[in-house]
Amino acid sequence: MKRCNRAGLIAALGALLLVTSTASAFDVEAMPTPEMQERYDGLTHELRCMQCQNQSIADSPVGLASDLRRDVREQIIAGKTDEQIRESMVARYGNIILFRPPFQAGTAWVWIAPFVFLLFGVFIGVRIVRKRASLVASDDSVIDTDETAR
Amino acid sequence: MSRFLLPALVFLALSGVLYVGVVHSPNKSTMQSALLGKPVPAFSLPVLGNPGSTLSNAQLAGRPWVMNVWGTWCVACRDEHEVLLAIARQNVLPLVGLNWKDEDDAAIQWLQQLGNPYSVVAVDRDGRAAIDFGVYGAPETFFIGADGFVHYRHVGPMTEEVWQREFLSRIPKGGLP
Repeated sequence: MKRCNRAGLIAALGALLLVTSTASAFDVEAMPTPEMQERYDGLTHELRCMQCQNQSIADSPVGLASDLRRDVREQIIAGKTDEQIRESMVARYGNIILFRPPFQAGTAWVWIAPFVFLLFGVFIGVRIVRKRASLVASDDSVIDTDETAR
Repeated sequence: MSRFLLPALVFLALSGVLYVGVVHSPNKSTMQSALLGKPVPAFSLPVLGNPGSTLSNAQLAGRPWVMNVWGTWCVACRDEHEVLLAIARQNVLPLVGLNWKDEDDAAIQWLQQLGNPYSVVAVDRDGRAAIDFGVYGAPETFFIGADGFVHYRHVGPMTEEVWQREFLSRIPKGGLP
């Protein structure tokens, strides 16, 4: 009985996985050309759903996300470039709507901070390795003298 | 001694960074509108209860006005409704409603039952105008100046305090034109 339940649970979780992996397929309507479809898929995945902020508008089922997808679709069909569409989104919702914020005075630290932390980590790592290396060298000499004495 | 000094400094620095991050995280209610200091988006929308006529931003130009985004599906809008009615009774600023992604019948019924604080309600059935205003949830309330620029956006239910502090304070000292 218990085992049955567990199998059922695993099946349910598996089904859930399937659902989430195809979650961007909310749209019934396809873009007129494959090229446009590709741009549409790209743009909708890099724009943040403002209501559920860790999802892209492609992955979010809320009404506002579908309104924004419609907006992207219409702008592509109207002949706007990807950059123009991104700019129109930022003009209305701010930089936060982009998952990849632009490199500007206000957002520079977002891009720089990881490298600062990485450099700091390398610095610490090198220090530790150097210290350990000098310890090993002195140990070796002690063992050597023991060996020769024997 | 120096063994602990560096980790302690790193800990303090990281604590500081995380503290600032938590305090200034883009909380939904503190997120600034991207439209602040920009002209109000152009719109021309049908008027609720009077589908033959339209309301456009041009008709409202020349004096300050307030736009409140609401829908009958929005629970927090019900919470702020009493405050909006009180604001309407003050009769200082025109309160324009933007009925966002709603049904006309439900909206009319709501105003009949709860009272109508709006001088006029524009109907944004498909949500295009709301996107142009950068709306991401209802209720949101905008202050538009006599210059036709967006001066302030409040996210969440309107309160008496916010109204005093952020809206009434923005009326020019010399009074309304």
